[in-house]
Amino acid sequence: MTRRTRIVIFAAAGLGLGALLGWSLAGIPHFGDYRGPYGYILNRIVVPERHTTNVVGATVFDVRGFDTMGEEFILFAAVMGVVLLLRGTSPRSEADEAVEWVGSDALRVVATLTVGAAVLVGLWLVAFGYVTPGGGFQGGVAVASGAALLYFAFTMRSFRPFADEQLMDPLEATGAGAFVVVGLAALVSGMHFLHNLFGPGTTGTLRSGGSIALVNWAVGLEVAAALLTLYSLFLREYVVPLARSRT
Amino acid sequence: MSYLPYAVAVWIFLVGLCGVVTSRNLIHLALCLTVTQSSTYLMLLAVGYVNGGGAPIFKGVKLGTTAVDPVVQALSLTDIVVSVTVLALILALTLDVHEDAGTVDPDQIAEMQG
Repeated sequence: MTRRTRIVIFAAAGLGLGALLGWSLAGIPHFGDYRGPYGYILNRIVVPERHTTNVVGATVFDVRGFDTMGEEFILFAAVMGVVLLLRGTSPRSEADEAVEWVGSDALRVVATLTVGAAVLVGLWLVAFGYVTPGGGFQGGVAVASGAALLYFAFTMRSFRPFADEQLMDPLEATGAGAFVVVGLAALVSGMHFLHNLFGPGTTGTLRSGGSIALVNWAVGLEVAAALLTLYSLFLREYVVPLARSRT
Repeated sequence: MSYLPYAVAVWIFLVGLCGVVTSRNLIHLALCLTVTQSSTYLMLLAVGYVNGGGAPIFKGVKLGTTAVDPVVQALSLTDIVVSVTVLALILALTLDVHEDAGTVDPDQIAEMQG
């Protein structure tokens, strides 16, 4: 099929799809006229039942915890795919990674101050994920991004501690596995899979939500380790060799 | 105006698809796919919006205050993170294709001819 025929077919199909979508959307309730029962129910029962003040967090890690486990394993499988495709395709040595990055002293000072702050903010987002806005997914990304600043402001060598596969692989697997272990723990205690354990605790504190805290930390650990694995793979296999070939 | 968010979601979806179909670069194609996907976030959040509702977080907010649907927010936030790793997988495949075929233009790769 030539490029031209493909675009002509898409133009027709796209217009049809757009018209159908527009038609169907005209039939759903107006924006802001929310009718579904689940949002109202959760906003009413989560705080009294789970004592967690972030209803989104409780929804992710408790109400639809089983779904989140599935999504977590999509993430795990995707990262495993990247590892299989990229890891070890090019020989590398420590000398290869010591490409001097031309950065200013000002950049380095700011980065040094920011790395710690960014990682700390990430950990805070994970820790209070079920009390205030945040959670394992968002916090994990923030932690990994904070650590990635080390590469942007310094060299691959500075980022190396976070790129260590001997450390990151077990951490990622622990995060993914811990979610399942929490679910199985409920099963062993005679309840159904991922049933909330340990009681709800005190409303609006870190000691609320029962096993939500554990699942939240498991996800935070997995997301942070997964993203650091991705960063280090792309940096090692693509970005650093490219930078080296240009110097 | 009350249908504007839905219309924007449909628009983003179609623009993304258009980019996928006309793309001459696999990296561009992967990013267009991400644009298409992000229309679902807007759609979900628009469906869950309650007039005058705040965030479904009740720390320091009286219980029973009008809040938006937390379910669609939970769906969107997990998917944003998962989609990043899936995008990374597509980009890794693109690197592999580039190594084999020497190009990232889907029209010049025999295996991608439809």
